[in-house]
Amino acid sequence: MTDTRAAVARPKASDYKSDIPPVWCPGCGDYTVLLSITKAMAQLALAPEETVVVSGIGCSSRIPAYTNCYGFHGVHGRSLALATGVKVARPELTVLVAGGDGDGFSIGGNHFLHACRRNIDLTYIVMDNRVYGMTKGQPSPTTEPDWDSALSPGGTGLRPFHPLVIALASGANFVARCFSGDPNGTTKVLTEAIQHPGFSFVEILSPCVTFRPEQRGWSEVVHPAPVEPTDDAAQAARRIMTDDGFNVGVLYRGDREPYRTARTETPESLADLEEEFAI
Amino acid sequence: MTTATRKAPEPETTGVQARSKISLAISGSGGAGVITAGEMLLSAAAAAGWYGLMTRSTGPQIRGGEAAALLTLAAEPVGLHSAQFDVLIAVDWMNTDRFAAELVLTPESLVIGDSALPDDAPAFAVDSGARRADMPLKEMATEIDGGRINMVAVGCLSALLGIPDDALENAVRAKLKCKGDAAIASSLDCIRSGAEMLPSVLDDAAAAQFRLAPAGQRRDRWLISGNEAAGLGAVRGGVRFAAAYPITPATEVLEWLAPALDRVGGILVQAEDELASINMIIGASYGGVPSITATSGPGLALMIESIGLATSAEVPVVIVDVMRGGPSTGIPTKSEQSDLNIAVYGMHGDAPHIVVAPNSIGDCLFTTQWAVHLAEDMQAPAIVLSDQFLGQAKSVVDPPANVSFITRRITADAPEPGYHRYAVTDGGVSPMAVPGTKGGQYTADGLEHSPRGTPSSRVEDHVAQLAKRRRKIEEFDYGDHWATVDGDGAVAVLTWGSTAEAVRLGADMARQEGIAVKTVNLRLLLPAQPARLEAELSGVDAVVVVEQSEGAQFHHYLRAHYDLPGRVLPLNQPGPLPIQSIDVLNKIREAIQT
Ligand SMILES: Cc1ncc(C[n+]2csc(CCOP(=O)(O)OP(=O)(O)O)c2C)c(N)n1
Ligand code: SF4
Repeated sequence: MTDTRAAVARPKASDYKSDIPPVWCPGCGDYTVLLSITKAMAQLALAPEETVVVSGIGCSSRIPAYTNCYGFHGVHGRSLALATGVKVARPELTVLVAGGDGDGFSIGGNHFLHACRRNIDLTYIVMDNRVYGMTKGQPSPTTEPDWDSALSPGGTGLRPFHPLVIALASGANFVARCFSGDPNGTTKVLTEAIQHPGFSFVEILSPCVTFRPEQRGWSEVVHPAPVEPTDDAAQAARRIMTDDGFNVGVLYRGDREPYRTARTETPESLADLEEEFAI
Repeated sequence: MTTATRKAPEPETTGVQARSKISLAISGSGGAGVITAGEMLLSAAAAAGWYGLMTRSTGPQIRGGEAAALLTLAAEPVGLHSAQFDVLIAVDWMNTDRFAAELVLTPESLVIGDSALPDDAPAFAVDSGARRADMPLKEMATEIDGGRINMVAVGCLSALLGIPDDALENAVRAKLKCKGDAAIASSLDCIRSGAEMLPSVLDDAAAAQFRLAPAGQRRDRWLISGNEAAGLGAVRGGVRFAAAYPITPATEVLEWLAPALDRVGGILVQAEDELASINMIIGASYGGVPSITATSGPGLALMIESIGLATSAEVPVVIVDVMRGGPSTGIPTKSEQSDLNIAVYGMHGDAPHIVVAPNSIGDCLFTTQWAVHLAEDMQAPAIVLSDQFLGQAKSVVDPPANVSFITRRITADAPEPGYHRYAVTDGGVSPMAVPGTKGGQYTADGLEHSPRGTPSSRVEDHVAQLAKRRRKIEEFDYGDHWATVDGDGAVAVLTWGSTAEAVRLGADMARQEGIAVKTVNLRLLLPAQPARLEAELSGVDAVVVVEQSEGAQFHHYLRAHYDLPGRVLPLNQPGPLPIQSIDVLNKIREAIQT
C-alpha cells in the first residue's frame, strides 16, 4: 500500500527549492525573493514538472536553478522572448520569468514592451535593485540620476525609467510592486499574479547590499499601497506616477484577452498543404 | 462575360522549327504589375505542360521604382536563365536602363515597347540591334474599361509563344479571383487586344522564331518558390512553431508558414525583432516543439549570440538565412552568397553547429527538412543558407520526393533519480527531458555547466562539455546528402548553393567539348567532411571553385577545412549578377591548359 497522505499533503516552499546553493552575497534581497516564489508555488501546489522558470543574465537571473522546476537561464535580456516561445508552444505549462532591472529594462527593454502588449499568460518578476549587480555596480535604467559610479562619475544625469507605468502603457494585464523584505506580502501578490490570466508584471524592490548598501534602508520606507487596486489603467498610471515609489501591493488588475494559442481541433494533413502547389 | 477566343498559333504552318526554350523579360515601373504578368504567364505555361522559371529583379523602392519579371519557359526543367534574353517587353520604359547589366539582348532578340514613345527605349535595348515590334500599349489599355498595360503585354507574349487560350484564361481567373469579375473581364479584353495587335507589328516569319514547341506529355508538376519550398520542408520535418520578423528576401518563408502552421495545428508568432525570434524558437523547442525562423543577413547577425545559446544549452533550432547582397543593409532584393562566413564562423566561443545549403529551388524543401532532422537529432542549431535567387524564384518542378527521415530528438521520458541533462555520452547526445516530464527537471544554461546542468567553471566540465558538443556533430553520419557529385575527370568544379546550376550547365558544355569534368556541390558546409571530399578529389589535378562572393568566402572556407589537390582556379564574383554557365566553361577550359 502506498501512503496516500504524502500525495495529498500540502507542498511546502522547501519542496520547490533545489539543492544548489545560491551564488548571492550574504544579505542580498534575492534570497527572500526566492523564498517568496517557492512559497507561492507551494500555496498554489504547482507541479514542479509543469512549471518553468526562465531568466536572463545577472545575479537575480540565477534564480531558475535554485528551484526544482524546469528552468532556462538564457542570455542577457532575452528571457521574455524565450518564455514567450515556451508558453505559446506549451500553453498548459505555468511559466515564470525572472531577472534584474538591467536585464529587463535596458538590454531587454524592447521585449518588455512587446511582452506587455502581447499579453501572454506569463508572470514576470523583476528584482529591481537599481544597479547592475553582477558586473559590479554600474547604473541601470532605474538608478537615480546622481548616483556616482566608476562608469558614470557623478551620476548619469538621466531620468529613471518607470517600469510600472511603462508596463501599464504597453498593455500589461496585472501590475504590482513588492519588497523583498516582506516575503508574506510578496508571496500573496505572486500567488495572485501567477493565477491572473495574461501578462502579470511584479516589480520587487530587492536590495543589492554590496553595491547599494543604502538600500538596506528600504525596509524603513516601504508601506502598503494606500488604496485598493484599480482596473482602470489610466488611474493606476496616475497613482504610480505620483506615489513615492515605495508603496507595495497590487496596483492594477486588467481583463484583457490573453494571446491566442495554437488551434487544437482537427489539424489538416500535409497533403492538404501541398495541394496549393500542384499544377 | 467576355472570354478570349483567339486560337493558339500553329507552329507547323510557318516552316520554322519551334523552340524548346525561350527567355523573356517584362519590365516596367514598380506597381505596373510586371510581376503579376510574369506569374500569369508562368502559371499558364505550366498548366499547358511546359516547365519554367521566373525570377524578379526590383530596385530598392517599394513602389514606383523599376521592376522586371524574368522568365524562362522550356520543355525541360529550368534552373537558370540564359545569359541573353530572347524577348523584352516594356510596359513602360521608366528606369529600365537600370537593368542594362541584367538584361542582355542580341540582334536576334525582340523588343516590344510603346510605339507612342519610340525614343524612350534605353540605349542598351537600342544598341543591341534587337528587332523592334512596338505597339501602342498604353492606348490599347486605355481603350478598355479598367484596362491595364501589363495585361496587354501578357496577351501579346502569350500569342507570341503560343500558350493556349484556356490555360491562360484559367491562370488569369485564378490570379485575379479576389479582384472580382469586372477586373477579370477587362484583363481578358486586354489580353485579346495584345494578341490581336501582334501580327500587325511582327510578320509571321519573324514571330515564328519565338514560338514554343508544344509541350510534351503532361505530368504532375508543382509550381513553387524556394521560400515556399523551405517552409514546406520545415513542416514536413515536423516543425510546429515559428517566430518571425519580416526581412527581404526571407519574408515569404514566414508568410507561407503562418497559415500553413495554423492548418496543421502549429503556430507562428510575429516577434518584435530577430533577437526575440531566435529566443522564441529556442523556448518553444525547449518545450519540445520543433521550431524554425527565417531571416536574411542583418537578422542573422542579430541572432548570433543566441544561436550560441542553443549550442551551449543543446536546444535544436533551425534558422533559414535567405541571403542578399551585403554587408549591412546591402542590396536587399538581390542575391549573393556572402553570408557563408557569418554562418560558419559567426559565433563566439567554440560553438559546433550545422550549416547546410540547398542547391536548387526544389532542394530548398529537402535541405530545410533535412536541417530540421539534423538539428533535432543532434540537439543543436542548424543554419540553412538559401539565397534570394532560390528563395524568390518561382519554378515549375517535378513534385519533390517525400523523404521521411527516421531520426528524431532523443528525449528522457522516464528519467531515473539523479538524471543528468548534459550527461557525457559516447555519441555526445544526451537524452533531453521535456517540461512536463516528472523527475526530469533541470535548468538549461548558456553558462558552462556540469553534466547535471549546474553552472560550472571547472576545467574538467568545460573540456568534457565542449568535446561532447563537438563529438555529436562531427561524428554524425551524414550519409550521401553531404554533397551532390556528378561526372568524373581530372578537373573538378566545387561549388555550393544556387551557383550549382551554372556549374552543372557549364560542366555539361565542357563535356560536349570532350573535357572530362567532375562537379561537387556541397550541401553540408558545417561540419566539414574532409575524408569524403578527399575521396572524391583523388585523381583530380585542377580544382575550379565557383561562388558568388567578392571576398571569395567559399574558397577561403575550402582552404581552411580541406586539402585541395593540384591547381586551384577561383571563379568568384559578387552578386547580384548570376554566375553564368559560360563563365564556368571558360574556367574549366583554363584549367585544362597548362
Ligand atoms: C550581451 C551581454 N552584455 C553584457 C553582459 C554583462 N552583464 C551580465 S549581468 C549584467 C547586468 C545585470 O544587471 P541586472 O540585470 O540589473 O541584474 P543584477 O545583477 O543586478 O541582479 C551585465 C551587463 C552580458 N552577460 N551579456
Ligand atoms: S552583487 Fe548585489 S545583487 Fe548581486 S548578489 Fe550581491 S548583493 Fe545581490
